[in-house]
Amino acid sequence: MRDLANDIRMIAKDLFDQKRLDTLVGFEKGSAGARCRPVLIASAAEARSLAWDATCSNNLAVYLPFLFQRPPQRKGAEIPLPKVGFVVKGCDLRSIVALVKEKQAPRENLVLIGVPCRGMVDERKLAAAIDGAEIASLEDGDEKIAAALADGRSVSLGREEMLQDACLTCQQPVPEGVDVLIEGEARPVGDNGDSLVKSFAALAVSERWMRFQQEISRCIRCYACRQACPTCYCKECFAEMNSPAWIGVSTELTDAMIFHLIRIFHQAGRCVECDACMRACPMGIDLRTFTKKIAADVRELFGFTPGFDLETPPPLVTFTEDDSQEFITEPHKT
Amino acid sequence: MSEQTWQPKIVAFLCNWCSYAGADLAGVSRMQYPPSIRVVRVPCSGRINPLFLVAALQNGADGVLVSGCHPGDCHYLSGNLVARRKFAVVKNLLEYVGIEPGRVQFSWVSASEGGRFAALIAQVTEDVRRLGPQKRLAKVL
Repeated sequence: MRDLANDIRMIAKDLFDQKRLDTLVGFEKGSAGARCRPVLIASAAEARSLAWDATCSNNLAVYLPFLFQRPPQRKGAEIPLPKVGFVVKGCDLRSIVALVKEKQAPRENLVLIGVPCRGMVDERKLAAAIDGAEIASLEDGDEKIAAALADGRSVSLGREEMLQDACLTCQQPVPEGVDVLIEGEARPVGDNGDSLVKSFAALAVSERWMRFQQEISRCIRCYACRQACPTCYCKECFAEMNSPAWIGVSTELTDAMIFHLIRIFHQAGRCVECDACMRACPMGIDLRTFTKKIAADVRELFGFTPGFDLETPPPLVTFTEDDSQEFITEPHKT
Repeated sequence: MSEQTWQPKIVAFLCNWCSYAGADLAGVSRMQYPPSIRVVRVPCSGRINPLFLVAALQNGADGVLVSGCHPGDCHYLSGNLVARRKFAVVKNLLEYVGIEPGRVQFSWVSASEGGRFAALIAQVTEDVRRLGPQKRLAKVL
């Protein structure tokens, strides 16, 4: 198999040498287990540390708004915006496109290195498969993932069974419209996973409510879902506003439910179904079932899927005259 | 209170230019409708933040009604058209997680439709009465 990490290192080094980059956001080997972690590098020398494997699941677009923040500038003496590179999978790129559309960064200041994605390993599925044993290293194969455990054992696991649900239903594994596309194999596109939403919607109303309540009752309001989400970048979140204080800050159930409802609603037309929220959740709340609804709805109602195209406006800032209005209450004639 | 006499509390968000005037017309025309609504006047249905709807439910409303100008008649030209997309998404989401259909309703009423307004309130009140008191999102301390 092709060593994508090496390609990424070479390209990153070239880009720094050509002075096309100030910062690059990518992955490096983590210090514990076999996990990669996001890293910001600022020089060609540091490019050596870049890595790529089946544990690069984070959506790196989350760092974008932060990198382009600067205080108000005096006219004529503006500090130029940095040139920032990103190592992107399909999902990262779609989030970046959504952020560029929302004017969080000018496209010309971004240098995007695209990596075709074969799907990333789900930490929780992996931990369950090896009973939470510590992993020393992971070897990613075509159909198997070989894990060498810290206690000396080695386990071979089916790659497909270890992938995240988001990856199993990924529709755009190859980033398109990047500046440099690394050659490599991508996951074949399969089912879009909307059946999850359909089967949940088929339950009775009270049953749906019970499940929603059960999931959200575990929420500890740590806001990890919000912080991990690339398209949740408001400087002041409704959850923390105090004038007016829309919702309480405790883990009281209705407050937590409203937080999640509105957080999910705010992702309408922007959610790329990368499941960053669910990965970040320390309580393992099944946010996917609920977040996916908004993405499925936007697809169905407005025919919009957040993609690689910078031109189409986000669906909720625009309209057509013949949008569906079946939901409007028509009073009976009396 | 018995089933028959229980009067639900419904928060009605009415746009200043059409629905609020429609409600006014229903009033000055002395049309009868149930005394179940608490009106919040908003500049446009585009002003509605979905947070308003869930906040009303959390604070004890049994139902929520949002009404604006008919599509194409918005005082601000396209406020209700952008709002329509937002409403479609938020209504679906609320019903998906298990808020009973009928708790949160949306409609269009113009300034000349006093009769429609009265009929709408009667209908929404009946829907909410059938569902009973709203307890799912109401915050009880």
